[in-house]
Amino acid sequence: MAATADFTEDQQDGERTLRFTGALTVSQLGDLPERVRQVPGPLARLDLSQVERMDTIGAWIVHRLAADHAATIIGANDQASKLIEQVDRADQPVRMRPDRTPTLFKVLNEIGAATATAGRTMLGLLGFFGALVLSIGHVMAHPSRFRINAVIQRFEVVGVSALGIIGLMSFLIGIVIAQQGAVQLRQFGAEIYTINLIGRLTLRELGVLMTAIMIAGRSGSAFAAQLGTMKLTEEIDAMRTIGVSPMEALVLPRTLASVVMMPLLGFYASIVAIIGGGILCWASLDIPPVTFIQRIREVTPITDLYVGLIKAPVFGFIIALSGCYQGMQVKADAEEVGLRTTAAVVQAIFLVIVLDAFFAVFFTWVGWT
Amino acid sequence: MSPVLPDDADVVIRVRDLKTAFGEQVVHEGLDLDVRRGEILGVVGGSGTGKSVLMRAIIGLQTPVEGSVEVFGESMVGRDVTDALDIRKRWGILFQGGALFSTLTVAENIQVPLREYYPDIRPPLLDEIAAYKVVMAGLPADAGPKYPAELSGGMTKRAALARALALDPDLVFLDEPTAGLDPISAANFDTLTRELQRTMGLTVFLITHDLDTLYALCDRVAVLADRKVIAVGTIDELLALDHPWIQEYFNGPRGRTAMKSARPAATDRT
Repeated sequence: MAATADFTEDQQDGERTLRFTGALTVSQLGDLPERVRQVPGPLARLDLSQVERMDTIGAWIVHRLAADHAATIIGANDQASKLIEQVDRADQPVRMRPDRTPTLFKVLNEIGAATATAGRTMLGLLGFFGALVLSIGHVMAHPSRFRINAVIQRFEVVGVSALGIIGLMSFLIGIVIAQQGAVQLRQFGAEIYTINLIGRLTLRELGVLMTAIMIAGRSGSAFAAQLGTMKLTEEIDAMRTIGVSPMEALVLPRTLASVVMMPLLGFYASIVAIIGGGILCWASLDIPPVTFIQRIREVTPITDLYVGLIKAPVFGFIIALSGCYQGMQVKADAEEVGLRTTAAVVQAIFLVIVLDAFFAVFFTWVGWT
Repeated sequence: MSPVLPDDADVVIRVRDLKTAFGEQVVHEGLDLDVRRGEILGVVGGSGTGKSVLMRAIIGLQTPVEGSVEVFGESMVGRDVTDALDIRKRWGILFQGGALFSTLTVAENIQVPLREYYPDIRPPLLDEIAAYKVVMAGLPADAGPKYPAELSGGMTKRAALARALALDPDLVFLDEPTAGLDPISAANFDTLTRELQRTMGLTVFLITHDLDTLYALCDRVAVLADRKVIAVGTIDELLALDHPWIQEYFNGPRGRTAMKSARPAATDRT
């Protein structure tokens, strides 16, 4: 192994010479760069005759030192002078960091940018909605362009494959509602109202809402990721050049599948949640299933089912819309696909909950309480 | 012509009897290869002959089924990423897609190997080093603070080369450095590689499809076919061989054009 880089100072005729020894390579430098910087000027010469080996980093240090002290380099062998010449040519002002902005400006800037993005996204979503409506019109005018196979395939992906996870989730939700309800209502001796709680809450709110959240996470994200990847690999551009509208071929089937599947899955989720609640009532409140079913039918108005079934397709539409919209917005790189997928899920769940609040007010207003 | 050099040759990479496979699919079998110190070795072969896999096997990213791989005289088979650091400091690798770290700027990308291996280097010197590497790799002076997503294809390759050369390595692996570049950028990249190789005395392991690059740069060319290196030599030596793929490759229409354009330049150089 070569010797560690070092240097000695020489005084001759009032002129000082720095003599480097050892290997001026990055692995042998040690603290040499700092020590060299602290050498007081002026230096007349840098002697490299004792240097065993050199790389560009060593050459750079010599070059900088020579430039700082206006010193001449002597004793450099062929390779060393070539390297020094090379770094000398590369010594140009280069920007290293993005410009610094004060924190206040940065915060204001970010708030502004976030607001603009939110506004732009809402506008974009509205535009996308318009484009989707147009393509629905197109397909209705030319029914032969309707891609039934694509839609059926989406039915399976969005609906059938989700049955397992949604069933399990709803079953557990039913148990949780029943359990928590029973604990609270027992304080008033009103455990029997647990059944009201289960029936009305699942059909009206939780069945559909939880399904929407699950579908947003499962299918909305998949839509964004699929379309985003297709954008990146230029599949969507290829489609356009062949004369296939991506709206009709990709977005419409996905939207249709979500819109049709959401009410079915929401209803299924409510029923499974009621079964879960019923089992808990049987096990811990000693309410037999027959009584449970009878009570459910008495206390749950049919309008509760309507409320759920009316909300579900709207939620499905919102989920598919934001998933497809975010996917189609991908432009730059694979990283953006990830960001857009996250955005699609967050946006879908947010919009679903906002709409749910509106629906709650609306249905109370029309008297379906 | 044989891929194996005599025992007394000054060899940086020595591959013996290498076998690599993905499941049932065997990529290499009984592959031998020697790379001399200070040479530019071009590796060519049809698509799917495992050029990149060979590189990955040499640098230890792909574990061979059998055989031995030595780099700087040390075995690289089955070595962990945190192992053999002394070897890893001495090589630089330019991946096909650049493989720049997407969350770091170009300057920070170049500094990663330096920071990792030499934590004693102070930030001002790190910045200076990254700055001259940026210029040396032929990047414009405002490229330092840019993120990989903002770079064009050619700039990405240059930034990746700057990172590969950050530690002033003895050995550089270049995986299709000129693929996807326009002819002018590709020619510039060839010149750059040649220049850097000469001043720094690099050994270069170059995978390429680019016939112009082969003619312009390589001291020797290794041909990968039938799961092994079938021949290694200068292009003239290879042309004298009677192997259908080699003849097709160098004597096909593209090969002839590249040869024609390279010959005058080659005589200029010598």
